[in-house]
Amino acid sequence: MFESVLGVLFNGVAYGVLLFLMAGGLSVTMGMMGFVNLAHGAFAMLGGYLAVTLMGVAGWPFLVTLPAAFAATAAVSVVAERTLYRRLYRAGELDQVLFTIGLVFMSVAGATFVWGPSQQPVQMPPYLSGQVSLFGFEASAYRLFLIVVSGIVTAALVFGLEHTRFGAQVRAAVDNRRMAYGLGIDVNFVFTATFAVGSGLAGLGGALGINLIGLDPAFPIKNMVYFLLVVSVGGLGSIKGTLVAALLLGICDTAGKYYVPEAGAFTLYAVMVGVLLWRPAGLFGRR
Amino acid sequence: MSTAALATEGLFMNFGSLAVTRNVSFRLPVSARHALIGPNGAGKTTFINLLTGVYKPSAGRVLLGGADVTATAADQRVKRGLSRTFQINTLFPDLTPLEAVTLAVCERRGLGGAWHFGLKRCRAQVEEAYTLLERLGLGSDATRRTRELAYGRQRLVEIALALAAEPRVLLLDEPAAGVPARESAELFEVISALPGDIAILFIEHDMDLVFRFAERITVLVAGEVLCEGTPDEIGEDQRVRDVYLGSGGHA
Amino acid sequence: MVPFVRSGNPVLSVLDKGRWRAPEIAFWAFTVAVFFLFPDHLMLGAQVLITGLFALSLDLLVGYTGLVSLGHAAFFGVGAYAAGLLAQAGWGEPFSGLALAAAAAAVVGYASSHLIVRVHGIAMLMITMGVTILLHELANRLSWITGGDDGLQGVTMAPVLGLFGFDLFGRTAYLYALGVVFAMFCLARGLVNSPFGLSLRGIRENGRRMPAIGSPMRSRIRTVYTMSAALAGVAGALLAQTTEFVSLEVLSFQRSAEVLIILILGGTGRLYGALIGAAVFMVGRDLLASANPQYWFFWLGLMLVLVVMFARGGILGGLENLLRFVQRRRNAR
Repeated sequence: MFESVLGVLFNGVAYGVLLFLMAGGLSVTMGMMGFVNLAHGAFAMLGGYLAVTLMGVAGWPFLVTLPAAFAATAAVSVVAERTLYRRLYRAGELDQVLFTIGLVFMSVAGATFVWGPSQQPVQMPPYLSGQVSLFGFEASAYRLFLIVVSGIVTAALVFGLEHTRFGAQVRAAVDNRRMAYGLGIDVNFVFTATFAVGSGLAGLGGALGINLIGLDPAFPIKNMVYFLLVVSVGGLGSIKGTLVAALLLGICDTAGKYYVPEAGAFTLYAVMVGVLLWRPAGLFGRR
Repeated sequence: MSTAALATEGLFMNFGSLAVTRNVSFRLPVSARHALIGPNGAGKTTFINLLTGVYKPSAGRVLLGGADVTATAADQRVKRGLSRTFQINTLFPDLTPLEAVTLAVCERRGLGGAWHFGLKRCRAQVEEAYTLLERLGLGSDATRRTRELAYGRQRLVEIALALAAEPRVLLLDEPAAGVPARESAELFEVISALPGDIAILFIEHDMDLVFRFAERITVLVAGEVLCEGTPDEIGEDQRVRDVYLGSGGHA
Repeated sequence: MVPFVRSGNPVLSVLDKGRWRAPEIAFWAFTVAVFFLFPDHLMLGAQVLITGLFALSLDLLVGYTGLVSLGHAAFFGVGAYAAGLLAQAGWGEPFSGLALAAAAAAVVGYASSHLIVRVHGIAMLMITMGVTILLHELANRLSWITGGDDGLQGVTMAPVLGLFGFDLFGRTAYLYALGVVFAMFCLARGLVNSPFGLSLRGIRENGRRMPAIGSPMRSRIRTVYTMSAALAGVAGALLAQTTEFVSLEVLSFQRSAEVLIILILGGTGRLYGALIGAAVFMVGRDLLASANPQYWFFWLGLMLVLVVMFARGGILGGLENLLRFVQRRRNAR
């Protein structure tokens, strides 16, 4: 029994950190610019497909595709931000929602066209497959790898935010954009850079997640709700909030599927509505 | 002493640990022409927000015509005769001034929620709105979209909306803000021409206007009332001078 | 009161807004003409009208009150299941189904409105989405009532007014839908041209100013939300009745997103935008998507992006701009 609890927790945390990787950037950019970006999942999908292509066509080893997925997705996001997103910062919520939904549709159609509509099969390298004996239960080696990688990334993020000048600028821009601008911070650059890092991380998450949650052209649509859930419950602009919310969601979802499969996603959304009514700005959000 | 049109008793407002309004007890008599001045950040707009019900005070009471309205919602206070303008134009960009003021008139008459008959049966309300706009010199702009009007004209629409409620107490938050000097004097002429039974409290930074139009002045500094008196008394008060001109070398 | 005798009386600009104009009459005349002009496509026509009504109900929220909802399918679905279940239970009289659907959807709408008024921005988006997803899950779980994935079966409708049975060619369906949609449209039209409608536009234009003019904003929002839900419920009921089938899809996020897209396409805040958007979207989808569904998705996405960036007023907005341009040219001569 105890093993199963540990097992559920472990799997839940693995799913949670994956969600965090993918949604963390969304939280910060939404908190900073107030921009509702429903197309964030498309960047995650891009990273995933890139990794698949590099492994399948170019024969790259899995681990090498990861930083490539990050970098390439970040680069694409910079182009998208400069050409498209920038025009809509002053637009209302409705416009942003519709615009990014349009981008999602286009990316889904594009992915179907290039890679076909089915799930992408991936072969993990042997040292990441199989089980590892951990605290008396058999843990998936891949999930362990996920947790380790995410842990490193999270630590790097927190360090960057708290101890670098750029991080301070990011925090200032999230806190009060106009004031930050008034203090001479180049808010446009900070935003583009943050957007790039956030999207790059999403791409990394997409690549890492193929083995866990799969990859097909409908990825942005299927997972968008989860990203938004994590971001709105955690609080816009808060890395800590997103992490907590993602872990919560991961554990609840895994535990729910294991112990109470009849409830389905019901509890998850009920909890979300409840949290938002109690704290409309999210658990760690501002105002 | 007759009942004040508007009064506060020991009003406090805290945002977290920051005390923005401290122990403000204030009295606005009927027919008053009262100015509220003070340096930036003194909490003047916060005070207006407390009076109108946008903020709930941390402590103290707000009394409208002698009745305790501290727990009354903002829209209800308007129904009871309290109206305000905003420091920055807070208008309806896509509506025409005529539509906007008609809406305010309908709300006053309790018709704002009526969905079972059309505006075409509201001739009286529309005509009342138009008359008000003409009185403020906005007749020619009445059917243009508010967003197309010049800033000074929009400022007049701001006042028209406040007057449409037929207030007994009118709070004007920097009515001349953003308006060129020549037009602001005209604006204040319009304000002085308002009926004598309305009590008016206005915030202003332009001291010429303040000393010209106010009968009494309250000085607010760091959320507290520093002093209150006639323009002459305030003009000679050394503490007020210090606050505005600085008593030499302060952060 | 001074009598206004000038021509171009400004007061009339407000009083005359609700007058029926020639293009409107032509529009509705055309919808009747469709019955005779396209006898083979009446089922599609009925679906266009139904989707148009659904988009119309959303326009009250989005176009007139300025709220964003990604969860309007909740009310559509509730209406569809209410009407479907009533018919399945043996009471197939169509108008009772509509009434029950409107009532059920209104109840759900009223309940959600209490949540909606307490949040803004992304929290509002999430709550609207969340309510719909919850209802979808609920309908899925209660498959012994709703039929779950297989859909609600055995929805048999009695003849309209006891005379006109629903036929395979959709003739009764079309005229029935047309009648109901027209009636609902007139209701909505009356609403937006009333003082209440004016206050909704006030909320849209500046929510901060509303309390300052004595308007109880939350109460207004709750009211329009309930009304909008009821209309959406009627649309859902029409779908259930004309297709004699209800699937879980009526509560899906796709449907919520789709109706929002349709509204933007046609143009918000104009009532007719909802109807025209529905016509263009559904006819377009019928023509293009059957050929290659992928391309439909792509072009739909691209169109959305372009509309938001360049043609914010949608089809009707574009037409209005065109008319204004033509008028200016004419005045200049």
